[in-house]
Amino acid sequence: MSGHTRTIRVDTLARVEGEGALYIKLVGERVADVKLKIYEPPRFFEAFLRGRHFSEAPDIAARICGICPIAYQMSAIHAIERALGTRIDPAVRRLRRLFYCGEWIESHTLHVYMLHAPDFLGYPDAIAMAKDHRIVVERALRLKKIGNRIVTLLGGREIHPISAAVGGFYKVPTKQRLRELVEDLEWALEASLETVRWTATLEFPDFEQDYEFVALRHPGEYPFNEGRLVSNRGLDIDAAEYEDHFVELHVKHSNALHSVLRGRGSYLVGPMARFNLNFDKLPEVAQQAARDVKLAVPVNNPFRSIMVRAVEIVFACAEALRIIREYEPPPLPRVEVPNQAGVGHAITEAPRGILYHRYAMDEKGLIIAARIIPPTSQNQKRIEDDLRDYAARLVAWPPEEASWKCEQAIRNYDPCISCATHTLKLTLERAEDDGSNP
Amino acid sequence: MRIICCGNPARGDDGAGTLVAQQLRDFGIEAEICFGEALELIEAWTGANDVIVVDSVETGAALGTVWRWDGRKASFPTDHSASTHGLGLSAAVQLARVLGRLPERLQIYGIEGRRFEYGTEVSPELKLAVEQVVRELAKRTSSHWGARLDVL
Repeated sequence: MSGHTRTIRVDTLARVEGEGALYIKLVGERVADVKLKIYEPPRFFEAFLRGRHFSEAPDIAARICGICPIAYQMSAIHAIERALGTRIDPAVRRLRRLFYCGEWIESHTLHVYMLHAPDFLGYPDAIAMAKDHRIVVERALRLKKIGNRIVTLLGGREIHPISAAVGGFYKVPTKQRLRELVEDLEWALEASLETVRWTATLEFPDFEQDYEFVALRHPGEYPFNEGRLVSNRGLDIDAAEYEDHFVELHVKHSNALHSVLRGRGSYLVGPMARFNLNFDKLPEVAQQAARDVKLAVPVNNPFRSIMVRAVEIVFACAEALRIIREYEPPPLPRVEVPNQAGVGHAITEAPRGILYHRYAMDEKGLIIAARIIPPTSQNQKRIEDDLRDYAARLVAWPPEEASWKCEQAIRNYDPCISCATHTLKLTLERAEDDGSNP
Repeated sequence: MRIICCGNPARGDDGAGTLVAQQLRDFGIEAEICFGEALELIEAWTGANDVIVVDSVETGAALGTVWRWDGRKASFPTDHSASTHGLGLSAAVQLARVLGRLPERLQIYGIEGRRFEYGTEVSPELKLAVEQVVRELAKRTSSHWGARLDVL
């Protein structure tokens, strides 16, 4: 961010990240209404980016999310590079994939072990779980730390990574610095395989949905930051066509916009979508890990997303090792990118799903328009659709247990509110069915 | 002694901890910065016996109030951390206690904040609190790092 700072107040943003609220209305035995309210920071940042030079965008975008700053940086950088016709060195591209590996390891480990697993094992939180599953939690600590080491090494500092830039990196690591990660990553690969086996021992409710899965697909690799956007129902588009096919709807009950596929409705992004659409691109070690626990395409039970995330940790560890072993530093850390007018679009795969960015720049390289559509807002309608079906099974349950089950269903999506959904405010309204309600 | 400062400088008063770290570093005192996510915090203090954590908190007290808690004692108000993530400092302390990974000495400085929205700067009242914490920590740690106390 530049030295120039401004104070901007937007009342709807004066809420701590992580607040979420769920409202379900039951009429008799029927679910009449489901409203999930979540908080969405990108709207503020879109305005904040206007008037800034494109070189500032990656650092500003990284501040949107403390859990996945790399995804925001990568989508911003790719969109701007596409607008300006920038060609990067292949070694830089590989380093960006490594960067993404680190973030996936960190984010998925946090979610699988600390946020989602307690639900399946019947604990109120990870602290209670740790009393009985100390070795498991210790494994999570070490795994997450390894992801953090990758991010810190490439990002240049502890929080808010600043090294990634339009055109490359401000500084790239030496071969030796990357080699120092190998021993830890070899352990992490084994630990991730154990993670897959461990998640397979959990009990899953019998709940399958008919999803339209949407994810990137690349001809040669499991997707991080490149590829066409595809679905299991025929979607196959470039990032530049995204806004022709997806539309964001204002809904009264939430600050977040609901993203839907034009004429088709809700869709699902994230690990299950990537896995179902790109299983053949996973390295053999990850494919075998899935086969060993009978996790086969298509996975349509959202509760099994915890297993898919575990498989993606295997992928991220294996991919990180491959990149590090083959690494040769680029001749230049980054190419110079001259100011020019243009519009660029990019989609990358954040841990919780596709993250769309669009930027328009003037001839001085100043941003005149920015659009950011995060995965959580894309999944929000899909979460409500899941809950509508799932809550119908919980009609007879005591309110507290029904609440907990719904929270677990929301955590299937690892939304940005997932850290706080243990404190999610649930309103369960019951009414007699007199035939007058919709 | 290890000093760990938590916070997000893009989130108003949540940036107080990172300001403390920056000012300590200006005096030649080592201070780590982290978001305050629980697992990250436990890793950050692993291997140290004497740990100080600085974070912004929201207890309802006057803006800029500086709290000092013994993190090893139950008196630490575990539900008042203003961390921007659900598993924050209080969860780190509780989890570390379960895992036997609390440091021998854990001093927590809480700086009372009020505004945690995106894009705002740290409240002016907090800047005084930040300076107060920096002065205290510099005095406590001067024997470790030879802080330039003459400038305090």
